Amino acid sequence: MASTTLYEKIWSRHTVIEETAEHPAVLYIDRHLIHEVTTPQAFAELEARGLSVHRPDLTTATCDHSTPTLPRRADGSYPYATDAARNQVETLEANCARHGIELFGWGSDHRGVVHVMGPELGLTLPGSTIVCGDSHTATHGAFGALAFGIGTSEVGHVLATQCLLQRRSKTMAVEIEGLLQPGVTAKDLILGLIAEIGVGGGSGCVIEYRGEAVRALSMEGRMTVCNMSIEAGARAGLIAPDDVTFDWLAKRPRAPQGEAFERAREDWRTLRSDDEASFDKTISFDAGRLSPRITWGSDPAMGAGIDAAVPPPANAAARDALDYMQLAPGKPAAGTPVNAVFVGSCTNGRLSDLMDAARVLRGRRVADGVRMLVVPGSEQVKREAEALGLHEIFLAAGAQWREPGCSMCLAMNGDGGQPGELVVSTSNRNFKGRQGPGVRTVLASPMTAAASAVAGAIADPRIYAEGSDAA
Amino acid sequence: MPHKLEPISTIVSTPYVLDAPNIDTDQIIPARFLTTTSRDGMGELLFNDWRGEDGAFTPALAAQSKILVAAENFGCGSSREHAAWAISDFGFRAVLSPLLADIFRANALKNGLLAVEIVPSVYDAIAAQPDAQIEIDLESQTIKAAGQEAQFDIDPFARRCLLDGVDAMGFLTSRISDIEAFEKARA
Repeated sequence: MASTTLYEKIWSRHTVIEETAEHPAVLYIDRHLIHEVTTPQAFAELEARGLSVHRPDLTTATCDHSTPTLPRRADGSYPYATDAARNQVETLEANCARHGIELFGWGSDHRGVVHVMGPELGLTLPGSTIVCGDSHTATHGAFGALAFGIGTSEVGHVLATQCLLQRRSKTMAVEIEGLLQPGVTAKDLILGLIAEIGVGGGSGCVIEYRGEAVRALSMEGRMTVCNMSIEAGARAGLIAPDDVTFDWLAKRPRAPQGEAFERAREDWRTLRSDDEASFDKTISFDAGRLSPRITWGSDPAMGAGIDAAVPPPANAAARDALDYMQLAPGKPAAGTPVNAVFVGSCTNGRLSDLMDAARVLRGRRVADGVRMLVVPGSEQVKREAEALGLHEIFLAAGAQWREPGCSMCLAMNGDGGQPGELVVSTSNRNFKGRQGPGVRTVLASPMTAAASAVAGAIADPRIYAEGSDAA
Repeated sequence: MPHKLEPISTIVSTPYVLDAPNIDTDQIIPARFLTTTSRDGMGELLFNDWRGEDGAFTPALAAQSKILVAAENFGCGSSREHAAWAISDFGFRAVLSPLLADIFRANALKNGLLAVEIVPSVYDAIAAQPDAQIEIDLESQTIKAAGQEAQFDIDPFARRCLLDGVDAMGFLTSRISDIEAFEKARA
């Protein structure tokens, strides 16, 4: 048999009808994750056509994007930002009830940002296909699942048939050698990689991340890397599963249990690209030379090491971005005053991310005049963080400890910045206006975000490292 | 009523050019407008934050065009189909760019919006002569613009859907017995 890539192995396991010149392949979807924002029009279309949900048992819902992160009011109601937001969540609740779809909604112990919740529950399994009306679905690729974002029309297709029409993607291997230095995290790794290949560098490709730096990452770190594949324009990101993956999955409620888990694990071990498999494109990247990263512009590729100067603008887009960000080329962005800090999102809203932020904040204070929101990625992350006392560290430092949700990542639930404010954010996109009109977003790791909150300015987290006198 | 699509064969119009790379979906339609449960009325929100006196988007001018032209990597960012709905609802029938983001292109083609890539030289010619009329012929996959004539690529299935004014749901639901056989075989 010819040597094949991990992507091709998963693809061929899910091909219901092969692609031809006339039509794309019919690809079977093992898990459809849905949320309130990108589904109401799909359910409406289904009903207009008299169609039903083909496999409600393979569909899992949560609400995360439009949901408030402030606690319930005294009367028990949820403090939605707008009536439209409330209506959207209630529409999801009604659609799930009507079609028999399990909803981890309000009151559930597992509600959370969809890409934090799925893996936590063990719904994300190696070798499976996972889609969601959300571009950060690539997160699940960290488990060796083929996972990608789809639009609302395609949400309708999967609801009606559990399948999608897809053309085979090109494949790109990213060989990441070297090991991350102290104070440098998975977030810095993916920001560094995107800066190198560009926001269109992965266009049309499924990226497989390989090499010793990837093997050394925790599952949480791998999710952070795969999460931002879309920011390089890639269709999906993949990491071959290994013992780190299997150990993580062994405790998950919806993963196979007991003997079924043992059998599944034997199969999962075969899910790797063959040694001789060829990729359409291969690049190498050295993780060992990375510093903590920050972005200085208005897309995720416009970034630099925190100890480096903002580069001179290479083109009109970069000039425009620097103008928007009010940053000057030729000197480091570090030291620039910060108005707000956000720790959370499907990129960095997991327990390990909150632990990173807490290590920096322990015994320190958020600088006067700086607002800091810490938003756990899910109810489970919130419970686990509180069991460790992390919330007390955040509150003692003067940060806000919120309810789970997408929050300031895309600022559609009422959380956001004011025009002109500079926000250091652990989320995934620094597009103009992403966190509110005129808001300037700097992407960074949870450690860098926390260090910036303490310093009141963009700061290198290594000065606050444990045992460092500099703090 | 199922959502209706208008068949496309030829599109003739002057372009509306946004000469900037990497125009993301947060620019096309900001997230704060996504709490809607409808797909209608999005055109009024298209490039909302680019409108106004110094803005890069002038609705009165854009409304005279059926063809939106932008520099490379148009539609990058989120999977929100609202971006395609907004462009279509505003009145555009086609989007041309040297590089289109994957999910945006897939969404557009499912909504009767002809999103295709053009070679950089054609883009440059259009950007240099934004008042020149463009003719797009979907049947022959040709574009005539600013004195140039070029072929464009489009997935044959998407092309058929656009020419016929249908979407892919019919194809998938007609294969449901194959899908059920697949489910049975792997159970």
